[in-house]
Amino acid sequence: MTDTKPKVVRRLGDVVFANLAFFAGVSILATLATVAAFLFAQSVPAFTGPPIDAASEGFFSYVLPFVFGTVYASVIGLAIATPLAIGIALYISHFANRKFAQVLGYAVDLLAAIPSVVYGLWGILVLAPFLSPTFNWLNENLGWIPIFAGQVSATGRTMLTVGIVLAIMVLPIMAALIREIFLQTPRLHEEAALALGATRWEMIKMAVLPFGRPGIISAAMLGLGRALGETMAVAMVLSPAAVVSFAVLTSTNSNTIAANIALQFPEAGGNYTNLLIATGLVLFAITMVVNMIARWVISRRAEFSGAN
Amino acid sequence: MTTQLNSSFRGTQDLPKWLSPSLLVGFFLASFGLQVLLASNSDSADINFIPVAIFGLLSFTLALYVISRVIEGVRKAKDRLVTIMVSTAFSLALIPLLSLAYTVVTKGVARFDAEFFTFSMRNVVGEGGGALHAIIGTIEITGIATLISVPIGIMAAIYLVEYGRGTVARLVTFFVDVMTGVPSIVAGLFAYALFVIFFGPGVRMGLGGAIALSLLMIPVVIRATEEMLKIVPNELREAAYALGVPKWLTVLKVVLPTSLAGIATGIMIAIARVIGETAPLLLIAGFTASMNYNPLNERMMTLPVFVYTSYANQGVDMQAYVDRAWAGALTLMLIVMVLNLVARLISKYFSPKG
Repeated sequence: MTDTKPKVVRRLGDVVFANLAFFAGVSILATLATVAAFLFAQSVPAFTGPPIDAASEGFFSYVLPFVFGTVYASVIGLAIATPLAIGIALYISHFANRKFAQVLGYAVDLLAAIPSVVYGLWGILVLAPFLSPTFNWLNENLGWIPIFAGQVSATGRTMLTVGIVLAIMVLPIMAALIREIFLQTPRLHEEAALALGATRWEMIKMAVLPFGRPGIISAAMLGLGRALGETMAVAMVLSPAAVVSFAVLTSTNSNTIAANIALQFPEAGGNYTNLLIATGLVLFAITMVVNMIARWVISRRAEFSGAN
Repeated sequence: MTTQLNSSFRGTQDLPKWLSPSLLVGFFLASFGLQVLLASNSDSADINFIPVAIFGLLSFTLALYVISRVIEGVRKAKDRLVTIMVSTAFSLALIPLLSLAYTVVTKGVARFDAEFFTFSMRNVVGEGGGALHAIIGTIEITGIATLISVPIGIMAAIYLVEYGRGTVARLVTFFVDVMTGVPSIVAGLFAYALFVIFFGPGVRMGLGGAIALSLLMIPVVIRATEEMLKIVPNELREAAYALGVPKWLTVLKVVLPTSLAGIATGIMIAIARVIGETAPLLLIAGFTASMNYNPLNERMMTLPVFVYTSYANQGVDMQAYVDRAWAGALTLMLIVMVLNLVARLISKYFSPKG
């Protein structure tokens, strides 16, 4: 009778549902921890076991060219893709007319799902021969720039081709993401800018771009993540060598970690398998670091409120 | 007075509408003519279209900018410049994508026949054979991966949006992002490292492929669901609470149905993404020429790996192998397209009305 506190009703359904949701969320953490733990456990024999022919000079001199190749190819890809993705997103969200824009958006969505192995097939059989003459031209006329120097590859299977393929691959995803963000720009901001007499570009500069900046960064992060880990297109297109080279037009290119694993793993046995898993762990670490930096950048300028 | 106001606001005059398209055509023709002239002077007879396009575009842009700047003023000229840049970016992206679709279709039809869908590659050397074993493998492995990923993904997203507060939720959000960036090949290595413990070195198994794919699929499902749940207006939730509906029923009966179309679209896109994954399946599911219906036993072929191995391990009759690779690529793209269409249809017919 004297108990005036309102009783908190704990319904069974609420408790069960909340716990189910909680365990699903926590299972993500558990899974990632398991991935790291298992990869680590399987990497250890590469260091403790008998020496491996492929890595006779030690693990780090084995993995270094691959790390370089991975980062270099992704950076080239992203440098090409980011401005294009922003342009495409702007075109679809603010330049093309309404009906047309829906179809274009659909096309971009479709293209985001093209399997990497198809890009690989296309890259080696169509793109590489197509680019080859341009590579010769670049080498003859701009050869004084170090990255265009060297003996031009006759097949077109070069680092620049890989960079372009990677750019094309990450482009649809980045464009789709950025477009979604641009479309969410508050209508009132846009109309206010236009009502003050702004041209379309000024409206975009004042209302759309500031609103979409975190989205652009997270799209670039997604693109970089996909480019770093992209395997099949690189494995099929690149003509690899175990070197560290900035030249983008030659036939001796640093392979990427992922492509090297894909090429070697099916035939690998014994300790070599463990060595490849160790390089996979390095790739895992790199993508983790990239993601963490990107997250940090986004959280520093978090202007998103979401609904909650 | 009015004219003065107008001129100070927007330059003096607008450019006529026909000017910009006709300038575009004019400069491209001029650029093409210049190339023809250059080509006839040098020893190489063929015309390279890349410089034609670059030169034509640059000259067009410069001309329109200058004209617009003189007649319409700086601000309009800048606007036109950006419009050109944005449109160029878009058409530049369309070129490889159209080329890709065209190549896959034209080269894929050569072997896109009944035999391709009714035969495996067992005992096939050179021409003939098909990808039935790969199609079965892809359906089984992707199906299992979806069954694992969708419940976990949706529940985790519900946790993040509806329940998650504090450190744990922040950690989960953070690591979902990290998980989005897990390279597919690392997922394959993980499945291998996991199965080695139970089955010894050199293990190959379809189930391992499903595990690897669900590792890639879960974060995509979570992200898509999360985005959709977030845009459900809080007013809807509050209205349900005000009527005395418990939280879990609010989530199940109000929040989820409102965002169901978006979630379904997200799941379809997640499936479409992992169905084309090659690298993890190459490592853990391996490749084979024979039928295998059992994901718990031995190597299992999948469509993407079929495309890759057909190209990479070309036999004596090279053209037959490359043709099969293209036919496989065409099949894969059609599957992806159908999945996307289904996603659209779901989103069209099942979104809340009004």
